[in-house]
Amino acid sequence: MISFGPTEEQEMVRDAMRDFAEQAVRPIARECDEASEIPADFLQSVWDLGLTSTQIPESYGGGGEERSSVTNAMILEELAFGDATLAAAATSPSGFANAIVDQGSEDQKKTLLPLFCTEKFHAASLAIVEPGAIFDASRPRTVAEPKDDSFVLSGAKTLVPLGDRASHFLVTARNGDALDAFVVARDAEGLTISEPELNLGLKGLITVGLELERVEIPKTARLGGDAGADVRRILDGSRVALSALMLGVSRAVLDYCVPYAKDRVAFDEPISKKQAIAFRLSDMHIEQEAMRLMVWKAASHLEKGLDVSRVAHLTRGYCAEKSLWVTDNGIQTLGGHGFIREHPVEMWFRNARTLGVLEGLIAV
Amino acid sequence: MIEFTLSERDQAQLDRTREAALICRKYARYHDENEGDFPPDELPEAAEFYANQKPLPEASADDTAPPVMMALQSIGQFWGDYSVRVRRTGTGGLGNAALSAAGTPEQQKKWSGLTLSMAITEPGCGSDPSMVSTSAVLDGDEWVLNGEKIFVTTGIRAQGVVLWATIDKSAGRAGIKSFLVEKGTPGFEVPYKEKKLGIRADDTAVYVFKDCRIPRENLLGLDESISKKTSGGFRGVMKTFNMTRPMTAAMGLGLAKAALDFTRDELTAAGVALEYGSGLGSQTAVAEKFMRLEGLYEASELATLYCTWMAGQGLPNNMESSVCKAHAGSAVRAITQGCIELLGPMAISRDHLLEKWMRDCRITDIYEGTGEIQRLIIARGLFDYTREDLK
Repeated sequence: MISFGPTEEQEMVRDAMRDFAEQAVRPIARECDEASEIPADFLQSVWDLGLTSTQIPESYGGGGEERSSVTNAMILEELAFGDATLAAAATSPSGFANAIVDQGSEDQKKTLLPLFCTEKFHAASLAIVEPGAIFDASRPRTVAEPKDDSFVLSGAKTLVPLGDRASHFLVTARNGDALDAFVVARDAEGLTISEPELNLGLKGLITVGLELERVEIPKTARLGGDAGADVRRILDGSRVALSALMLGVSRAVLDYCVPYAKDRVAFDEPISKKQAIAFRLSDMHIEQEAMRLMVWKAASHLEKGLDVSRVAHLTRGYCAEKSLWVTDNGIQTLGGHGFIREHPVEMWFRNARTLGVLEGLIAV
Repeated sequence: MIEFTLSERDQAQLDRTREAALICRKYARYHDENEGDFPPDELPEAAEFYANQKPLPEASADDTAPPVMMALQSIGQFWGDYSVRVRRTGTGGLGNAALSAAGTPEQQKKWSGLTLSMAITEPGCGSDPSMVSTSAVLDGDEWVLNGEKIFVTTGIRAQGVVLWATIDKSAGRAGIKSFLVEKGTPGFEVPYKEKKLGIRADDTAVYVFKDCRIPRENLLGLDESISKKTSGGFRGVMKTFNMTRPMTAAMGLGLAKAALDFTRDELTAAGVALEYGSGLGSQTAVAEKFMRLEGLYEASELATLYCTWMAGQGLPNNMESSVCKAHAGSAVRAITQGCIELLGPMAISRDHLLEKWMRDCRITDIYEGTGEIQRLIIARGLFDYTREDLK
């Protein structure tokens, strides 16, 4: 069936997250951007909502609720409507945990999942992006060489979220012709974690670079153990999640521009009465609606276990292009005020530009 | 639940649509080149096609709602050809959508068997239908119609028309009503067919009404009141757009999909690899651009299905019908024009249908409200403005 009706539960969750975003996320967004950090009690407050632990099976200490990628995408949209940076930070542990739930070996599930089932915020991160031009998540330059009972990892990663505090990293690497992912503990020998990186956007989100110099890890550290894993599925999930963030940012811009245009008077009338402005905001509305429907479809395919690579790819491409357009034109709508940091639109523009080139980070 | 899969029955219906569409496609070029030669009401293959149809699987709770299926079938049908269709009897003009949206049960019963065109545009009035000057004057138990209509889609083949006319010019928009008029009614003439860029096989006609008398009960919806404050009657008429706009979007999308499918096949044959999930640096410029067009299509199709889904749920979809129409209007232009760019010189040859699809779908952003009009409607919704606030 093709249907666009959220379940009652999805509506409830969405409304609750909308309130949370308004009350707890938006008010601290600018501060986090300026300071390039996120208060620990904020991450804890999201942790307390149980977004990560409830979706972990009971046998590993979690809430055992069935994970819905569609619901998760809705949550991300709402959080990102508040602020994409805070949304990414708060949900980045889920990106790691969900990969283990879906594709981890029994051993990996037993040792790693309980970490996310305590009352205290716990960070572990996907390490997917690599430094240098022509980055392609499906063709990492980081290499895993089999050696006796271990793998030796060599390469570099960047934009690893909350890497300053993550206990583990899920590092993607080329293993011969295969794309694999490996669980690397923070204290692994040969692993160097950089100081926080300085980025254009998502500034509050602490990201780090990883240098992997012949990091030797046991064979069992490969995601899925002997069986390996479908790493493309993780990439697909992250593309949908990033798209949901880009959607949330776009909606924030539109929501900000509408009252602004109605208030701002030029040539004796509100600029909202000029077609040049009105049509632009119409296009913003059209695009944020289109983005949402694409996110829903991709998330639903993920949820149903269908092949989603094409849809996720197209969704991410569409959302990257359109969220950049929306945020860029948000600035234009505000004119000079769009350029001033007193208004949030320039921050959203930087965040959209950043999200549009990322991979990994989070997943639904 | 939010989901995007097709039931067995949905799929079987769409397979059937595709089969019919493939028959239609055989005639597409001929009727583009021979504008005066209308496609027959019944194609030679139609009888065999219907005779050999496999029964559809049983209906189930997993089936997609009818309005959404209608949009999907429209996409499938227009994927074959814009104008040539396999049909048993003529049904499905734009007027039929208006009838089902605004007609009384008696009117639906009486008129739904006829193909109804919809006549709005006049030589002096297009995007602003409140300027309609065709008049309807009540004389006893009959309306007397006078005026001229242009760009009437399916105007020649249609057996009747949903005609927009004013019953009180001084009332402006509030005075505009729609009327059901059957072909052959004295005073209703169809002088000629328009010559066009695309959809040439479609019989777009001019209608002239000269003292044309119709029964009083042919007023669509039977609401004769004129309320200047709410322009209720006009809104009633405008409401019909909430289903016709997504269907118009679907028609254009069918052509865009045909263009994408053709281009994909040609690119693949020429050795272009489409690697979904690979980074920009690993794609050729051609593959990357093609995927962008595919994304545009996906977004547009979803916006259209969403709008029809809302209609099926009885939810107000005024904004959504403009969103999908505006999106599809731009998208199908970009897609078909972009496909020609991607395939290069081969694409302009009339040996292929791509150049025709580009011409055919150019109308999508114009009729049933131009892209600009859709954006006006959306902006009014966003700002909570009336049409007086934003023109």
